[in-house]
Amino acid sequence: MSMFVMPSLGADMEEGTLAEWLVKPGDKLARGDVVAVVETQKGAIEIEIFEAGEVAELIAEAGQTLPVGAPLARIRKPDEADKEEPAPEPTPAKVALPSELEPMPEPALMPSPLPVPDPVPGQGALASPAAKARAAEAGLDLGTITGSGPGRAVLLADVERYLKDAPSAKDTLRESIGKTAAKGKPGLDMAQLRRAIAAAMSRAKREIPHFYLSHRIDLQAAQNWLAGTNAERSPDRRLLMGALLIRATVLALSRAPELNGRFESEDYKPSEPIHCGMAVAMRGGGLIAPAILDAQEMGVDDIMAAMRDIVARTRAGRLRNSEVTLGTITVSSLGETGVDALFGVIYPPQVALVGFGAPRIEPIVHDGAVAARTCVTATLAADHRVSDGRQGAAFLAEISRLLQEPETL
Amino acid sequence: MTPEEIRAAFIQDLITVAPDIDPETLEDEAHLQDDLGLDSMDFLNLVNALHKRFTLPIPETDYPELATTVKAVRYLSGALAG
Repeated sequence: MSMFVMPSLGADMEEGTLAEWLVKPGDKLARGDVVAVVETQKGAIEIEIFEAGEVAELIAEAGQTLPVGAPLARIRKPDEADKEEPAPEPTPAKVALPSELEPMPEPALMPSPLPVPDPVPGQGALASPAAKARAAEAGLDLGTITGSGPGRAVLLADVERYLKDAPSAKDTLRESIGKTAAKGKPGLDMAQLRRAIAAAMSRAKREIPHFYLSHRIDLQAAQNWLAGTNAERSPDRRLLMGALLIRATVLALSRAPELNGRFESEDYKPSEPIHCGMAVAMRGGGLIAPAILDAQEMGVDDIMAAMRDIVARTRAGRLRNSEVTLGTITVSSLGETGVDALFGVIYPPQVALVGFGAPRIEPIVHDGAVAARTCVTATLAADHRVSDGRQGAAFLAEISRLLQEPETL
Repeated sequence: MTPEEIRAAFIQDLITVAPDIDPETLEDEAHLQDDLGLDSMDFLNLVNALHKRFTLPIPETDYPELATTVKAVRYLSGALAG
């Protein structure tokens, strides 16, 4: 018998709301089956099971908000099916009933709904630098905290006190998660998404010594190939330049193990598979970077199909937990209507982010003469604990080289 | 189909792709990408929906003709008539 628990869907996740069970007792499960939907800050996530078996008992009920690690269901392993006949009453020691889980562990972060920040400079809340840093880390608006310092300035102690005993804020958070779940249609709370981004990005800038490289790439060959290919295809089979850019990045990564992997605890581990995160902008603000799993095995058409699928499911709030937790690198592409270049913040625990600006027609030297050609600026944000400029430069040069021969991608 | 019917069909496909667009306040001159914020994937999904609805090929070279609602209605009317 094994326990299926509330999964952690990112370092910043403390708890989740079980929105829906997709299985019932007695159902047979194969590895990778989607068994439940959990509401998180990143919207509704479909939860897969990582071992085969049979659902013995559903412990948690839809609508319950539970901390990471709380038991959701008991799973009977395939070889246990018969041994279980006399249904042993004392279930394994680890099994805890939901009621035993109250009181829940106090979450470290209890963000309150953020009021619109005061736009007038100088009229914002007075606060010590330490208090500001702590509040930013926790995603708190200083204006909501009562200061005890000179001129009612907010001190670090005030922030800590607020974080420690702000049950109302916690309830509000829980309530708002519950509300989205209750609507039946998994929705996305923009304020919560913002807080998830704030937590991940603050951690990245605090812990990761970023370095940046930028390289202009002649995209005319790729553009011509794309136009020729798409001219013969109906719209549902057409490719976007983004698929070529991701394909070239993935191919170049096979020679750059120090850019593809995860830096967890003290160790960096290069990853054999390339789970390529793709920054997807949400209409209405914010972004989510789900991963195209095993992108190293996909050609351009497969990558395009995966992009269509993932963008649609990201916006509909139907991502799977593996997609939001297993990424080994992220690609962020501004598309046609953007600026020249983007210098990204690495998504921890990843160690690199590749950015592509908007492709534009520019005057560049080609075959010894100035010509107007489509170009794109590729950038790399990389973790200096793991890689150096030389490796990064070779990587961007390799992407450029690959894009000159689009038919081979 | 009348231009009004084509416009209604176009807007229906547009808000399927971008559900946050309010058809009540949509301006016919608004640029789909610059003003309404469609990205290249959204735009491709819109083209695909129009392709299926009207059984028109809509090659990439015609994409600029779909930049705004006004232009799109004109383009689709012409293509359907031709």
